[in-house]
Amino acid sequence: MTEAPDPRSSEPLAGCEGCGSGGSDTSRRAFLGTAVAAVAGALVGCGNDHVEDFLQHNFRELSKAEVEEMIARLEREYKAQFGREVHVGHEPPLPGVIFGYALDLSRCIGCRRCVHACVQENNQSRDPQIQWIRVLQLDKEEGVDLRHADQYYDPPEVPEEGHFYMPVQCQQCKKPPCVKACPVGATWREKDGIVVVDYNWCIGCRYCMAACPYGARHFNWGEPHLPAEELNPDTHLLGNRPRPKGVVEKCTFCIQRTRKGRYPACVEICPTGSRKFGNLLDPKSEIRYVLENKRVFKFKEDLNTQPNFFYFYGV
Amino acid sequence: MDILRNLASFLADSVRLVFRGNRAYRIWVAVLLVLMAAGGLAYANQLRHGLIATHMRDQVSWGFYIGNFTFLVGVAAAAIMLVIPAYVYDWEPIKEITILGEMLAIAALVMCLGFVMVDIGRPDRFWHIMPLVGRLNWPQSMLAWDVLVLNAYLLLNWFVVTYLLYCAYTGRHYIKKLVLPLVLLSIPMAVSIHTVTAYLYNGLAARPFWNSAILAPKFLASAFCSGPAILLILLQILRKTTPLRIKDEAIFKVAELMAYTMGFNLFLTAAEAFKEFYSNTEHVVFSQYLYFGLKGHTALVPYAWASVACGLAAFLLFLIPKTRTNWVTLNLGCVLIYSSVYIEKGMGLIIPGLTPDALGEIYEYRPSTTEVFVAAGIFATGFLVFTIMLKAAVPIMLGQHTMGKGRPAPPEPLDPAI
Amino acid sequence: MTKILPPPLAPGSGVAILGLITTQSTFTSSNKCNDPAVGPIHLAEPHPEGGPVPSRATRSRFPAWGLGLLLALLPPTLRAQAPPPQGGDGSMPEGIQVPKPPFTEGIFPCTSCHDGKSLKVNPTPRPLTAMHDDIVLKHGPASRWCLDCHDAQDRDKLHLVSGEKIDFTVSYRLCGQCHGDKYRDWRVGVHGKRTGSWNGQKQYLLCVNCHNPHSPRFKPLKPMPPPEKPDRIQAWKGGAR
Repeated sequence: MTEAPDPRSSEPLAGCEGCGSGGSDTSRRAFLGTAVAAVAGALVGCGNDHVEDFLQHNFRELSKAEVEEMIARLEREYKAQFGREVHVGHEPPLPGVIFGYALDLSRCIGCRRCVHACVQENNQSRDPQIQWIRVLQLDKEEGVDLRHADQYYDPPEVPEEGHFYMPVQCQQCKKPPCVKACPVGATWREKDGIVVVDYNWCIGCRYCMAACPYGARHFNWGEPHLPAEELNPDTHLLGNRPRPKGVVEKCTFCIQRTRKGRYPACVEICPTGSRKFGNLLDPKSEIRYVLENKRVFKFKEDLNTQPNFFYFYGV
Repeated sequence: MDILRNLASFLADSVRLVFRGNRAYRIWVAVLLVLMAAGGLAYANQLRHGLIATHMRDQVSWGFYIGNFTFLVGVAAAAIMLVIPAYVYDWEPIKEITILGEMLAIAALVMCLGFVMVDIGRPDRFWHIMPLVGRLNWPQSMLAWDVLVLNAYLLLNWFVVTYLLYCAYTGRHYIKKLVLPLVLLSIPMAVSIHTVTAYLYNGLAARPFWNSAILAPKFLASAFCSGPAILLILLQILRKTTPLRIKDEAIFKVAELMAYTMGFNLFLTAAEAFKEFYSNTEHVVFSQYLYFGLKGHTALVPYAWASVACGLAAFLLFLIPKTRTNWVTLNLGCVLIYSSVYIEKGMGLIIPGLTPDALGEIYEYRPSTTEVFVAAGIFATGFLVFTIMLKAAVPIMLGQHTMGKGRPAPPEPLDPAI
Repeated sequence: MTKILPPPLAPGSGVAILGLITTQSTFTSSNKCNDPAVGPIHLAEPHPEGGPVPSRATRSRFPAWGLGLLLALLPPTLRAQAPPPQGGDGSMPEGIQVPKPPFTEGIFPCTSCHDGKSLKVNPTPRPLTAMHDDIVLKHGPASRWCLDCHDAQDRDKLHLVSGEKIDFTVSYRLCGQCHGDKYRDWRVGVHGKRTGSWNGQKQYLLCVNCHNPHSPRFKPLKPMPPPEKPDRIQAWKGGAR
């Protein structure tokens, strides 16, 4: 990792020099930076970190050096916030990979272990509570009919008679309506199919939440509260790093795991093996086997979002 | 240099006008300032805790703020109800007062921007949405379009109003070749702001209640039938409190035009209801929730029917010439149509669109105290902006306050009613 | 940091060993796949009374010394990692690890009692009374009984329909005879829980880790707590920033 600039030094603001990309962006930002820096610095009072945070641009416009600086800054912030070392990775998409996910509705018993494993793995706020996966209890007689859906079921044992269960999380659509809707381009689809959010660019307008047909995007309505001992320190910049107040977050197929070759947390914890994950471009993967040998369907497929998340009935 | 000096004088005199006023004026401004302070405190609380101070949650992620925003965009668009007859049909009685409609549009747009600012989770990142400086996802995002057209419309109106008043102040004629095209441009621009705002909702396939082709026409119809209602009441007030002369026939003409748009609005509402309830697909749940309640949740039902009843009553009052030309029933009709459309665009649009939510859950949203106070503060801000503009504009329009030959004329003894 | 588990201590096997120390029944009553300790993620089980789920990982309830003792007691064949199974129709893919069979403590090797001398073979289907009476067989038709799967001559082995004797470590071959579609799905990883890497080493579980062969139907679980309702979500009492 590159040396983090000493926040107490009087170095010129990062983002104004050494930009490898976006020539005109550089001059614009340089102007903006110098013009606003004085005001911002005076207003904010202390810490280049705050000013850099304020002036930082969309992740897709940052140069490599700026990304490194951003990460160093974030790791400093997290260290101060949690009192622990937090690693913020920024692994790029693996070449030749598009992630696919399949969920076996005949085997899901609605135990919600996936929900809580996800919360632990992805550093979601415990209070106010945020959960990226919602498990719907549906009626067997009605099929997948949301008019008969209940996510607050709490019987002593699952599965309950006459019901089946359907967990819903971000479907990582090929044509994501949320990406279309975002006015500032804070969310986009990466090459490996994962739809990510730049938490430092999101303005919290929640248009993407209105646009998502799956209710998969969640908002930090209040200051997220995550006890330091429950923090997962192995994070990704666009994934499970602790989020600030006022931004949107959602399932990223455990980008911090999957880009290193591991299964997402929900896949690993499922006791009935209902969740299958892999590379859609690999003909020998489990996900391709499911697509070819089981009959899959897409949730709300009439909306043409073309999700990379498939539901099937294994038995 | 001359222009700069005149401008400075224009501004200084306008400010002077604003700070002078009678008792009623001072009380009115004081009330607005108190409301703004209350709104400011509530907003400070919201900034501190985050939007959790509202009652919006993941299930209903847009609420009171965006509802008001949508309604006020309609009000802003309605200014052209005066422009069309005045300039397109060259109808003298309305011509002088179109400037009032444009000032109303400015005030409404200020409130719109206010509501957007208080609704976003990161107001400190507002600069992200500015083109060139930030990153505007144009042309994909409808919100990006909205940012552009709303600001363009605001700039247009602001320029026209300022220019016309400046000309009146300096005692010279405005350049028709400059003003007329701009004013005529404001017609498609007003249509565009409300169409783009409608597309904001219309484009979301995830929300079947909004994803209806009828939404944009309905927005325009309801904007045109409700926006001028405020103007009609305002014109009557101005007639009584200032020397401003507004002919009866101007008011009645606007009312007549409103009647036709009200009729059309009712027709579109009926068309929507037919499609939902006759075809009776799964998507009927949203209209069902609105008009009849769903699974015991009936919070919106009285409002929905009140909106329909008020709209119908207002339509009849405006349609029948006898009631249209009676001041009591006319004003009653204005209040009725305003309430009807306020409900229709606010809780009658945003909440049913999001209830039940994408996964079928019903969360009954009601604005929290914070939201109500913040909204009151923003409305007060808009009213104050409008009041200030009027306070400076009316005397200038009347020629009571001009610059004279390079010297500020001693102000005519103003009507004590102001 | 990526947790990389060395093969002998793959979660499945660890749990399999843990399973040996549970109850007196021949087969442990809890499904290993439900055990939160299976897999690198540790999730606390919901409290029986339905209280809040503690977020700390539940460590193994069993003392480490017991584990060590057990490892020492296991016959050498079982201490080694199970060999990649040879299936009748093609071998398992590379890099697959399967845990050891989850025996009850002390029950294996069966030949310690069934040596052919002190206990005579009685092939008559009947309910057992002297021993193994805790096993309730709910697997298939009423005519099913023990020696349909367990080999009468060599009790340390199971037998296939053809008569071929197989080790307990490859019991899935026996299951696969009747449950062919599930067996095929399991081999490619589409049936049952897997942990590890989608593009590399994976851990499997044996059929019997999740399905008690004597009563294979998946047992219901206590669900984890439902989400908070939106009207109950408020700012954290600890205060805002």
